[in-house]
Amino acid sequence: MTVAVVQFGGSNCDRDAVAALSHLGVDAELVWHDDGLADGSGVDTPADLDGIVLPGGFSYGDYLRAGAIAARTPIVEAVETAVDAGVPVLGVCNGAQVGAESGLTPGAFTTNASARFQCEHVHLRVERADTPWTAAYDAGAVIEVPIAHAEGRFVADDETADRLDAEERVLFRYCEPDGTVTDAANPNGSRDNVAGVLGESENVAVMMPHPERASLPDIGGTDGQGVLRAFA
Amino acid sequence: MTAYTATVTVSLKGGVLDPEAETTRQALDRLGFELETLRSADRYEVDLDAASAEEAADRAESMAERLLANPTIHDYEVSVAERGAGDEEEATGAETDGEATPADTSESAATDSEPAAGES
Repeated sequence: MTVAVVQFGGSNCDRDAVAALSHLGVDAELVWHDDGLADGSGVDTPADLDGIVLPGGFSYGDYLRAGAIAARTPIVEAVETAVDAGVPVLGVCNGAQVGAESGLTPGAFTTNASARFQCEHVHLRVERADTPWTAAYDAGAVIEVPIAHAEGRFVADDETADRLDAEERVLFRYCEPDGTVTDAANPNGSRDNVAGVLGESENVAVMMPHPERASLPDIGGTDGQGVLRAFA
Repeated sequence: MTAYTATVTVSLKGGVLDPEAETTRQALDRLGFELETLRSADRYEVDLDAASAEEAADRAESMAERLLANPTIHDYEVSVAERGAGDEEEATGAETDGEATPADTSESAATDSEPAAGES
């Protein structure tokens, strides 16, 4: 039993994710996408996994749109099967773009309002604490984690945004250090400062910031650990 | 079967911010061009063989639906032309709108401007 960290050509946060999960005592291993989710992980079916991470990076060179091509690979169909079986699935950064492109989660992540690649620490307000991804935090808590993306601006139409609010599916919003959600604290122009959302079921979540880069005490702080504890 | 070229034009839906086009517009400003707005679009030219222009358009539309466009942020248009040796008998073919796209969304608004002041 293990957490599969899916590697695409161009993934570059896959080892970080394994290191962060291992630090928390979670058995995690890299799975090359073309090996298949079950075979690559050494389990009978994707449903047998303890979890799946779609890591950050630049899969397929971000050609077409970030995440677009990875989202249409066979392993993502297996991820969808696992989601239906209740396996926890987390998409981070490029993994979030893959999640959105594949329809695992609503909306889209596209070019930052600044039109630039942004690599910086941001503050996130935890919108709700009653999900596997946020149970380690208090609702309203503020955590500090890094972002590193050029295409992280969350876009959703009015209907989708209203539904996300009504169903309380926003996990994190970009905020000031005191938790106030402001335009100034929004690094990329995301609608309603959305940094992370749940899919149709709460066992699937995506976020543009990198919790795995804020999980080792000596590197980048530990505020991101709570997200990864969903797998613990 | 007839040889066709299907052209799929993918553009941002109205109201979706286009930071790359805005950055490009600013650069045109700096070059002294007079313009109000600039929109960008991606164009894919697909060479394929099909029984009819309609079939070619249907296939290209499926490509747009499943991969080339993201319906959350994009509209798309498909046009089809016969691909002949000399292209003398080129057919306009079928034109299919993705989501009732206004025909002008993919066109630049800066086509005819002359530089007001050259800078080099």
